[in-house]
Amino acid sequence: MQQAEIYERLTQTLRDVFDDESLVATPELTAHDVKEWDSVNHITLVVAIEEEFGVKFKTAELEKMKNVGQMAEAIEKKTAA
Amino acid sequence: MQLNWLPLREDWDALLRSVKGMGPAGVGLVLRDLAGSRMEFSQMGKLDRAFTRAVEACDGAIPGLERVKLAILGSATISHLPPGIRVAGLRRGLQIDVYEAPYGMYWQELIDQASGLHAFAPDVLLLALDARHLAGAEGSTEAAAMELMRSCWRQARTQFQCQVLQQTVMPVFPNLMGDNEERLAQSPAAIVAKVNERLRAESEAEGVDLLAVDRFAAAEGMEFWYGADFWHRSKHEVHPKATAIYGDHVARLIAAGRGKSAKCLVLDLDNTLWGGVIGDDGLNGIVLGQGNGNGEAFLDFQRYALGLSRRGVILAVCSKNDEKNALEPFEQHPEMVLKRGDISCFVANWTDKAANLRHIAKSLNIGLDALVFADDNPVERALIRQELPMVAVPEMPEDPAGYVATVAAAGYFEGLKITDEDRARGQLYQANAERERLKDTVTDMGSYLESLRMHLIAQPFDSVGLTRVTQLINKTNQFNLTTQRHTEAEVTALMRNPKVVTLQVRLLDRFGDNGIIAILVARANGAEAEIETWLMSCRVLGRNVEEACLNVLVEQAGALRVRRLVGIYRPTEKNGMVREMYRTLGFELTETEESGATRWTLNLEDYELRPVPMQVEVVREAAV
Repeated sequence: MQQAEIYERLTQTLRDVFDDESLVATPELTAHDVKEWDSVNHITLVVAIEEEFGVKFKTAELEKMKNVGQMAEAIEKKTAA
Repeated sequence: MQLNWLPLREDWDALLRSVKGMGPAGVGLVLRDLAGSRMEFSQMGKLDRAFTRAVEACDGAIPGLERVKLAILGSATISHLPPGIRVAGLRRGLQIDVYEAPYGMYWQELIDQASGLHAFAPDVLLLALDARHLAGAEGSTEAAAMELMRSCWRQARTQFQCQVLQQTVMPVFPNLMGDNEERLAQSPAAIVAKVNERLRAESEAEGVDLLAVDRFAAAEGMEFWYGADFWHRSKHEVHPKATAIYGDHVARLIAAGRGKSAKCLVLDLDNTLWGGVIGDDGLNGIVLGQGNGNGEAFLDFQRYALGLSRRGVILAVCSKNDEKNALEPFEQHPEMVLKRGDISCFVANWTDKAANLRHIAKSLNIGLDALVFADDNPVERALIRQELPMVAVPEMPEDPAGYVATVAAAGYFEGLKITDEDRARGQLYQANAERERLKDTVTDMGSYLESLRMHLIAQPFDSVGLTRVTQLINKTNQFNLTTQRHTEAEVTALMRNPKVVTLQVRLLDRFGDNGIIAILVARANGAEAEIETWLMSCRVLGRNVEEACLNVLVEQAGALRVRRLVGIYRPTEKNGMVREMYRTLGFELTETEESGATRWTLNLEDYELRPVPMQVEVVREAAV
């Protein structure tokens, strides 16, 4: 899957989960930048992304992710196979 | 694959967007519509937020929704559960306000009078304790787990007098032994199994209703219900993706507790109860029964419907057919599991189904929101969803093998209590079986009838029996001399007319009450009284009930100074069994019309009361 498509779909998922139409997925975006992005919503986000892209993240992967860019990379790898 | 009985809605996202900016007036209906459609995980979250905002915009209560206060108490993470519960409540016309107790603090919240829980004062309390908490520690026992839950239930009941829901224990533990795990007493998996067994045995006496997550997990796969990764990361025992179905089960228990479960399953016929079209394919052409995969699937669906009816769900038929064709399989197809007598309201005509469903609800005297409509035809389903959004319309799969699972999974008929009626029904079946047995042992008919100790009660129509009388007038086909149908308003008019003798006849015997089993209507006109209606339930054939009824009728007609009774027989496809009834009862044939209808006369002066093997009681004054 192309990076552009991944970011486009991530943007939509972020907007759905955090109920904020102004959100745009960028590589630098982190939980600190989004008011609603707390630990509860983080779980919702992970499930929503897994559903959107048909992928499954390992716990170790999730722990390492520091921003949306790393998440997009992980999705790219998983969907490349 | 969850919520697959709900229909997909193409315009779901657009409709959700339209909720923004809606006033209190229509918002409840639109939200309910959205909640009644199938949705993805993130759509559920969006709907829940739109709902929550709408509640705020309506100052806490959306008009048209019933408010319920639910408190969730858990031993691990429960913060992901409310959206699925709220959306599922919405699906049933409920606004569920949820209170989440702080993480793990179920006991403190229960006993501390100053807790948030006490301030909230729940209508329903859900206790969601995780398996590790109950059975995972060194030294855990089934007895200790039960004792813990029991203390919580008692606290909840005495503090709040609310409905208490107990989540059964999720079977998250691996087997240490294997298939014979229960032999290892200290095995956590074995403890969970035993606790769940005891919950089933003991919860009813404690006034507690179970949320059977272990059963869902067994049915749908543990990997869907529980993810070890989610547990380890964030102590979510119920998988976030399972929260939609979890919430639906919570909401159906709450709805059932408030009497909002559906009461009637309305069945289409062609391609729903059998394969093919009875009007085109004929009795021998329809697909039903053994030896054919689809035929067996239709049988299975019929068995499911019959099982529901045995526990009190009313069955009705709504079919586009000529009635005669529609009835044919019920009366003649040897493989039919459902019989005409299992169907309380049978509607087969060419009127649109929305009108017919209204008629069914009215004639059964239940609300439209108590109906579930099962039809294989997507066009009919769409029509009903549009015209009658309060009727539940499951999305039937194309393969009839999936019919049972789909309707059952939807949980429309969730029940909590065994009613007195359920018990009585059980007894009635047993009594019928005993009656049959007795018939086998007594060879002489006279002494058999005597041994039944029958007690017949005849009384004029009254408002109490009106619905049942109207129902019998409109559904009885076989033992029905004139097949004269009447609306409830017409029956009321008959009841109030002093020149009309009306009789509703009840029969009791040593095995129980058979209910109203015969209806007679005779209209006095000068010296004659014409019997406009005489019908009887076939269940009491061969018991001299006809003679007993005639005795009562003669007496009542005599009181109106009538000298002759006139009986009429109008032949139909179904009523051949009573063609000669008036002759048998001593009437004289006076006229045969071209249509085959016959008129009969009985002179009252010559009439001698017939001896009948039962006690006859005549109630004269209608208790209107």
